Amino acid sequence: MATTEEIRAQLAELVNDVAGVPVEDVQLDKSFVDDLDVDSLAMVEIIVGCEEKFGVTIPDEDSKNLKTVGDAVAYIEAHS
Amino acid sequence: MTDIVITGIGATTPLGGDAPSTWAGLLAGQSGVSRITEEWAEELPVKIAAYVKVDPSEVIDRVRARRLDRSTQLALIAAQEAWQDAGLTWDKENEVDPYRLIVSLASGIGGLHSLLNNWDAHRDKGYRRVSPFTIPMLMANAPAANVGMAISAKAGVHTPVSACASSNEAIALALDQLRLGRADIALVGGTEATIHPLPIAAFGQMQALSRRNDDPQGASRPWDRGRDGFVMGEGSAVLVIETLEHAKARGVTTIYGTLAGAGITADSHDIVQPDPTGAGQYGAMNKALVDAGLAASDIRHVNAHGTSTPQGDLTEAGSIRHGLGEAVDGCVVTSTKSMTGHLLGGAGALETLATVLALRDRRVPPTINLEDPEPDLGIDIAANVARDLPEGDLAAINNSFGFGGANVAVAVTNANVTG
Repeated sequence: MATTEEIRAQLAELVNDVAGVPVEDVQLDKSFVDDLDVDSLAMVEIIVGCEEKFGVTIPDEDSKNLKTVGDAVAYIEAHS
Repeated sequence: MTDIVITGIGATTPLGGDAPSTWAGLLAGQSGVSRITEEWAEELPVKIAAYVKVDPSEVIDRVRARRLDRSTQLALIAAQEAWQDAGLTWDKENEVDPYRLIVSLASGIGGLHSLLNNWDAHRDKGYRRVSPFTIPMLMANAPAANVGMAISAKAGVHTPVSACASSNEAIALALDQLRLGRADIALVGGTEATIHPLPIAAFGQMQALSRRNDDPQGASRPWDRGRDGFVMGEGSAVLVIETLEHAKARGVTTIYGTLAGAGITADSHDIVQPDPTGAGQYGAMNKALVDAGLAASDIRHVNAHGTSTPQGDLTEAGSIRHGLGEAVDGCVVTSTKSMTGHLLGGAGALETLATVLALRDRRVPPTINLEDPEPDLGIDIAANVARDLPEGDLAAINNSFGFGGANVAVAVTNANVTG
């Protein structure tokens, strides 16, 4: 089982790959939209990337609630 | 009528990553055609194409490129060069009045790689793997729209689509807009990126592509008896055009030439074959002459559509003879597709750019590989080596013809507009 920090680090790589955000900026308290400037279409790519990377399924009704990096990491920990 | 002048040029092509290197390659008679090294070509009868010399990944950063089809990436590179060449700043708002600035930038086919790569993902891995950027990447107006956002063009962003005549039509459309007073300045051109197994297979099935796989650089050979089809090329070319008044008001120092006129016709004959009488083709040339206020005897150079197909080259030679009449004797004809391959929707813009520079330098790039010309063509081709043009006022025509029967001729003159 990956630790919270390991999941955050992998997610940071994904966010960097999709949206060019520096990995060190992708911290648990950051909002994807407000802090990291990730737009709605890039967010879709990040969600799908999480599904591939972490082997989880994130339905559209759940993905809407993943506002911060911490939300996403918690969701992955709970569902993988 | 107000003069419309050309004040900036840009290109990324099989001969070079910018306009000067492309032009040097054209004058030197270089071929940009090579073997396709990707695995998919092994199964296809056509294994050659003309890739851009500088891959866009060397110019556009990776994160940005993920959201842009290859055709848009190429257009942005050429557009930035042209805009800066015109003395303007890329990615800066209000340097010219955005409500007087238009973009008219075409693609013949659109974001083909984006469409097909996402279809592959959908078929192989399911709908979740389809990129949410697929539509804004594949739509035909994506290159024009992205360029328009970069320079803040708010008077209209246009994408006329007429297959291989598309970018000449884009130029003609912008010329009219400036003459009608609907804008002062325009960024015009075309782009294409379709070196992919599907279009290579599809054009191959039409018997339209050369299969001279063992001699890629000799494959595009307009008017040579050994020709067996066109070579697919990719790339983009862009020009900045503006009213002479606007150019003067902003202190432009370099004017490449004048965009003197354009003529558009439709064959209304066949979806892919040109009307064998050439009536639509010389009709477009005649309309361009009238539009430009030129006589046939003013035309000293024609950059032909000249794709290297068996029938197309013969039809066009007849059209040029008919369009210019006796004046054809004083006119140097070339097909730069012998070197660049066929950029489809990007061809008209690249060849208009080459025509403008031929008049500026008084030097017509060669038609390479013309070792055994068709007899009785009746046109004076710059065979294998560049040819000089005379002193004095010069005018020229660039022809582009597209599937669907579209014919667009663009007329340019050299820059004697200092007054």
